Amino acid sequence: MSISPAPELNATLAPEPLSPSSIASTALATHPIDILRFNTCGSVDDGKSTLIGRLLYDSKSLMEDQIEALERSADITGGGQINLANLTDGLRAEREQGITIDVAYRYFATPRRKFIIADTPGHVQYTRNMVTGASTANLSIVLVDARTGVIEQSRRHSCLASLLRIPHLVVAVNKMDLVGWSEERFREIRDDFEKFLPRLDIKDVKFIPISALNGDNVVSPSPHTPWHVGPPLLGHLETVHIASDWNLSGFRFPVQWVNRPHSPSNPRLHDFRGLSGQIAGGVVRRGQKVLVLPAGITTSIKQIWTYDGPVDEAFCPQSVTLVLEHDLDVSRGNMIVGLDDFMPGAGSNLHAKICWMHPRPLQRGKKYLLKHTTNTVQAVVSEIENRIDITTLEPRSAPAELALNDIGEIRLRTAKPLFYDGYATNRLTGSFILIEQGTNATVAAGMLLPPKQVVRADEIDFVI
Amino acid sequence: MREVAGEFERPALLFSGGKDSICLLRLAEKAFRPSDIPMPLLNVDTGHHFPELNAFRDRRAAELGAKLIIRRVEDAIAQGIATPAPGEISRNKLQIPTLLAAIEEFRFDACIGGARRDEEKARAKERFFSFRDSFGQWDPKNQRPEIWNLYNGRLNAGENMRIFPLSNWTEMDVWEYIRREQLEVPSIYFSHRRSCVRRHGQWLPVTDILPPKPGETVRELVVRVRTIGDIISTGLVESPADTFDDIIAEIAAARVTERGSRADDKASEAAMEDRKKAGYF
Repeated sequence: MSISPAPELNATLAPEPLSPSSIASTALATHPIDILRFNTCGSVDDGKSTLIGRLLYDSKSLMEDQIEALERSADITGGGQINLANLTDGLRAEREQGITIDVAYRYFATPRRKFIIADTPGHVQYTRNMVTGASTANLSIVLVDARTGVIEQSRRHSCLASLLRIPHLVVAVNKMDLVGWSEERFREIRDDFEKFLPRLDIKDVKFIPISALNGDNVVSPSPHTPWHVGPPLLGHLETVHIASDWNLSGFRFPVQWVNRPHSPSNPRLHDFRGLSGQIAGGVVRRGQKVLVLPAGITTSIKQIWTYDGPVDEAFCPQSVTLVLEHDLDVSRGNMIVGLDDFMPGAGSNLHAKICWMHPRPLQRGKKYLLKHTTNTVQAVVSEIENRIDITTLEPRSAPAELALNDIGEIRLRTAKPLFYDGYATNRLTGSFILIEQGTNATVAAGMLLPPKQVVRADEIDFVI
Repeated sequence: MREVAGEFERPALLFSGGKDSICLLRLAEKAFRPSDIPMPLLNVDTGHHFPELNAFRDRRAAELGAKLIIRRVEDAIAQGIATPAPGEISRNKLQIPTLLAAIEEFRFDACIGGARRDEEKARAKERFFSFRDSFGQWDPKNQRPEIWNLYNGRLNAGENMRIFPLSNWTEMDVWEYIRREQLEVPSIYFSHRRSCVRRHGQWLPVTDILPPKPGETVRELVVRVRTIGDIISTGLVESPADTFDDIIAEIAAARVTERGSRADDKASEAAMEDRKKAGYF
């Protein structure tokens, strides 16, 4: 098989820009300028929505018509005072109850960075939405009410941030105005929180005393906290170092779509057979030897296609189309991996931590659909090993079931073997969701533990 | 987009010719080339569109070799699918039954749209894969959690998924992308002369559908559009911007949101939410 690129597709040889060229890569935004994605969490009435409103308001990210709309609703609903929370609590049901019921996304930019905020609800009923908002975040802000201090919800949120491996945490001690800007109270809360920290897998934790309502230490430093060293919240968000957490050491390419133009008008495209998808880990180079799974066939990369022309190499998280040296039967759900020391795990017996997200509890022995990368297989839960107590992070052994918002370790058996990595080494190939058959509800988010058995490159037959 | 092509049987891409759907088309080209875009383009024409927009829409679809399906609100009214409220001239709500009828007619299971979460409060809560029941309804309290980049696209018969690849883009991102990719946009996005009347604090274009009311003065202004809706509800902004660079500079300095010029959103505090619950895209 020999094809050369059609002239119109070969027009430019510019390096592939980091373009949001698929839904997948939009979710894990790649952008020419730095984007910090963060989520806010805390209990009901800890002031999350107010804090976000304050960040937008004080950073001058609000437009006049939005401020007018706020003023209009202030006149109708209460006392003429602008309610900053109304900026994010946009749904009728939220205004009725005065709480946030779903993840809301907000966008703002300063000259230093762009920001995507996932405003995640603190209400326990909606913890699943919090996991949703946190799964793509670089940083998590946990709000603590200075009057009540660290409570179960604060621990739960920090634990979730740790489980989801969010690298940065900010503990914003809010409503400091209501405790008379007491440094002692702030230290008490910090000490209390720090006792809990060794259990978490988060290296970067900052404590900032704020008043979201009055804007102290949110965008500008507060005159009430001369004892606080360090920048206000926005200053920290602008400067926190978000080193790339993409794993570049093992090439992983889940095949998303088979690209076969069948073009009658262009004979050069007639035999084209490309494999399109997003690189989930590592680097791929033209000529590199790769392994196609589950077939277990070794071949090499003949071409790396992009819309802007062929390239010699591409890396995570770019979206590309690969053309293989051999004409193999490869379809959506297959995975192409590099032939190096860092091989993926293989098998149909999986061990994972999951967050249960549905009112109907997890049932042992029930069949669910498991979506992992671009692959959906049937799976059955063979064992519920433990439920993790979020307030202590202690595992409690062998519960009968996992209910809504429970986190625990389970063992699963899948109908077909999966090729995967531990979540700690690769967020994309180490995560999955469970879908209930029939209702099609997304019932769980899963994070795989490191594999016991990996694909061994030296045992693979060179079939072709 | 490839995920949609991989997961669904009969997807469609909503293309109006507006700036967001122009970006969608380029993303589709990036996702699928050298293959053709493996789904038809669908547009619900209110009959109140700017003529420049429709001409652009038709030409772009032809250039891409894509199949363009147009369903008209006028036809839907004639067939009794859509019924205007007494005295209401806006076709905005009437797009809903027209779109749902098109989905049913072609048995589309997924529709990719160019909506962005930064546009409006109800949109801020939208998912990438947004589930709609068999009546086309969106239920903000019962959305599927979206974790990492794993999208649950499974449907039962009659249900539909709306897909929003630009969810995380802002108005500025859209223009920066259009500039970077040097994408063609309809001429009305650039500054031009037009007859306008001032109504409800906005400059509206004078047309056959929207003649000036007694006492209103028609003025010739140099204007452009920031967001395109119905010709009767699209506010024009006075602007000399006639290049991508000018537009980007103008947006950077803007003190009102793009939706600030859309009369249809001002009907009530939750106007968009109510339309979406009823099946609006």
